[in-house]
Amino acid sequence: MSAPVFKNPVVRWIDYRMPIFTFMHHQLHAYPTPRNLNYWWNFGSLAGIVLVIMIVTGVVLAMHYVPNSDLAFASVERIMRDVNYGWLIRYLHMNGGSMFFIAVYIHIFRGLYFGSYKAPRELLWILGVVILLLMMATAFMGYVLPWGQMSFWGATVITNLFSAVPVVGEWIVSWLWGGFTIGNPTLNRFFSLHYLLPFVIVAVVFLHLWALHRFGSNNPLGIDAKGPQDTIPFHPYYTAKDAFGLGAFLLFYAAIVFYAPNFFAEPDNYIPANPMVTPTHIVPEWYLLPFYAILRAFTFDIWFLKAKLLGVIGMFASILILCVLPWLDRSPVRSARYRPIYKQFFWVLLADCLILGLVGAHAPNDLVFPGLAGPVVEGVEAGGFQYVHLGQIATAYYFLHFLFVIPLLGLFERPRPLPLGIGQPVLKGAAHSHSQTMEKA
Amino acid sequence: MAASSESAGTRRDFLYLATGAVTAAGVAAVAWPLIDQMNPSADVLALASTEVDISAIDVGQSITVTWRGKPVFIRRRTADEIALAEGVDLADLRDPQPDSARVQKAEWLILVGVCTHLGCIPLGQKSTDPRGNFGGWFCPCHGSHYDTSGRIRKGPAPANLAVPAYVFVSDTLVRIG
Amino acid sequence: MRRVVLAAAAALSLSFVGVAAASEGGGALPDRHWSFSGIFGTIDKAAAQRGLQVYREVCAGCHSLSLLSYRHLAGIGLDEDGIKAIAAEATVVDGPNDAGEMFERPGRPADRFAAPFPNEKASRAANNGAYPPDLSVITKARAGGANYVFGILTGYGEAPADLTMQEGMNYNTYFPGLQIAMPAPLSEGSVEYADGTPATVEQMASDVTMFMTWAAEPETDARKRMGIKAMLFLLVLTGLFYATKRKVWAALH
Repeated sequence: MSAPVFKNPVVRWIDYRMPIFTFMHHQLHAYPTPRNLNYWWNFGSLAGIVLVIMIVTGVVLAMHYVPNSDLAFASVERIMRDVNYGWLIRYLHMNGGSMFFIAVYIHIFRGLYFGSYKAPRELLWILGVVILLLMMATAFMGYVLPWGQMSFWGATVITNLFSAVPVVGEWIVSWLWGGFTIGNPTLNRFFSLHYLLPFVIVAVVFLHLWALHRFGSNNPLGIDAKGPQDTIPFHPYYTAKDAFGLGAFLLFYAAIVFYAPNFFAEPDNYIPANPMVTPTHIVPEWYLLPFYAILRAFTFDIWFLKAKLLGVIGMFASILILCVLPWLDRSPVRSARYRPIYKQFFWVLLADCLILGLVGAHAPNDLVFPGLAGPVVEGVEAGGFQYVHLGQIATAYYFLHFLFVIPLLGLFERPRPLPLGIGQPVLKGAAHSHSQTMEKA
Repeated sequence: MAASSESAGTRRDFLYLATGAVTAAGVAAVAWPLIDQMNPSADVLALASTEVDISAIDVGQSITVTWRGKPVFIRRRTADEIALAEGVDLADLRDPQPDSARVQKAEWLILVGVCTHLGCIPLGQKSTDPRGNFGGWFCPCHGSHYDTSGRIRKGPAPANLAVPAYVFVSDTLVRIG
Repeated sequence: MRRVVLAAAAALSLSFVGVAAASEGGGALPDRHWSFSGIFGTIDKAAAQRGLQVYREVCAGCHSLSLLSYRHLAGIGLDEDGIKAIAAEATVVDGPNDAGEMFERPGRPADRFAAPFPNEKASRAANNGAYPPDLSVITKARAGGANYVFGILTGYGEAPADLTMQEGMNYNTYFPGLQIAMPAPLSEGSVEYADGTPATVEQMASDVTMFMTWAAEPETDARKRMGIKAMLFLLVLTGLFYATKRKVWAALH
């Protein structure tokens, strides 16, 4: 790689003493990127941009928000009514959280489809899972801050989960609360940590990008770039493409913020928190619904493990299992384009995750098909196919997918023949269709 | 060939220029709310004025009220103090202002009680306070002396004590700000 | 095939966003057309002013509006004198004075709307244990928003024969559970409108709902106006970005 020469003498003076401009040139300008990336590769940079938006709007909101249980709800309404552009900044932050998860979930499923988690990118993938966990913690605590009914009761339910931990469970919960229930001490510490964690996310994103740049991006074909004929410089090609993707994303974001700012919101959270009144349905934000469904799927004890503890273990396991995916999936082929059976199971997994989300949004005992109630038996709960049952099936499939389907596919699937290279058509098999897909930018 | 690539070049550059310009406008449009949100909010601006009941103040007595977070001195001047203020030669003043320009009713002197030097609160409101050499106020921080019209006479302060905007809503009610 | 699955997935995932808020027991809400609906919607200020009158004369006896200040009423077109007059009719506790005592004084524009009860417990004590909620954000705090509030106000009627009404409860078609503690607050001519509009129940309900929508979201008009500018700007910008991207990538082919 050639060292860049800068025309501006000030830039040269700085760069000689602290080569930040050379660094940026190598990492963002000349950085060789596969020439065949499709639009599913835009979502990483989109997630990064939304992170910046969240930090900027968050820091600004923190200039006006009061983290005290008597004043929090009113301080948010003051932001909405009296602070100049306060309503805009608040809605940007509130909906930015949803945008962040939309971008990250698409980014994750892109990785699953094209095998981006496979060697040598295992650590890159694991760092991504760490970012997801940090995002979930940050979002959970952020949702508590407005101190609405759902803030309070969602926090109560989720922190109560830790009492399932044997021996030290109760102590952990009162340690988290700083008291005997969710209250002002809890709110204050959640505010502090909600301010802190995004900067931890920034640090892990930096590591994530460092790991990425070690081997460069994966690509839709899943085969390694072999040389300069397979790559193009990041700037101007992918800066231009990312800018276009950003524009489209901002259009969607703006439509929500200006015309449906409470689309993702729960009306109950506009009721000030009342420790004496529990809402009829306690639900987390939409992006946590699948995990909520897995948590509630465990309604039975196994051996000495109580249902509540199983639910907690299952919920965390559903995320942590992603960390071992590179070792569960032994197939030497990365991209689902060349793995016809894996591809079908990918769609099933996606549908399964959406079903889990649907289950999380409903009360467990609601009937999935309201017209088909089961026979009513005296003294027994209403029968019929309830959401908790659907959740159990979907949870079972989720773990089956990773623990059985993936390893078996790795051993027994016959992949399609791979193309020779990114810039070349495949020799055997469906040669014509491949050479056409390859030329799409 | 050269001609078309040159015109293609300028067309391409125009596109990049236009995109860059529109992006810059967008960045500015986004930056403004982030800056403006730090300006005083509507509820702060709503407390921009204060009404004070002056019916209980005797001749020669001073009270201090809070207005926009600052102290405001309201003094009901004696006839001697008024005469003293009106009799000063403007040439003797660092910040020349006739007394008539600083009061609406001669009996009522209303001033922002913040020294124009470096912001301390001058003494002179209480009967036990020192009033300086000119019968008005004395700032203990760096020794500024103000007269019975609140004008700077001696010491480092550059200007007279500020007179806030006020109106007499009635004979007993003043609205400041 | 892939596109179909993706479209279905997107539709499915959007469907469960609003699911948790579905009401049980209440009937399907009236789907009324409101002036603030849609991209170009605005708050009808005349209706909101009539709604303010309904709130003050009917609702304010039990329901507080504590997150609003009188000065906010400039947003529905009241002038400074009108706001001062409304504020002055209320009595506000202030202090301590120089004697160290709290005292009462007439309201000023900067004051928050005076509440009928000092706290929730006093409110419950005066209302048989039921708490008339604060109305500052009521249209955002209920699934169905304005349609729900309008429905509640117009949904009173005779209970059907097969429903046993509990002591002190009133039948309402739209309230979840069908039994609401609040007795019907509006009746024909409850309020005499200054502009001469006939005060039918439907009119008053519509006007007070308009006022409540404004009270919950006073930024509505500004938000939608800014939204149009933002969307047009982003359309242009995205178009320019697309053209730039095509030009940049054309060099490759």
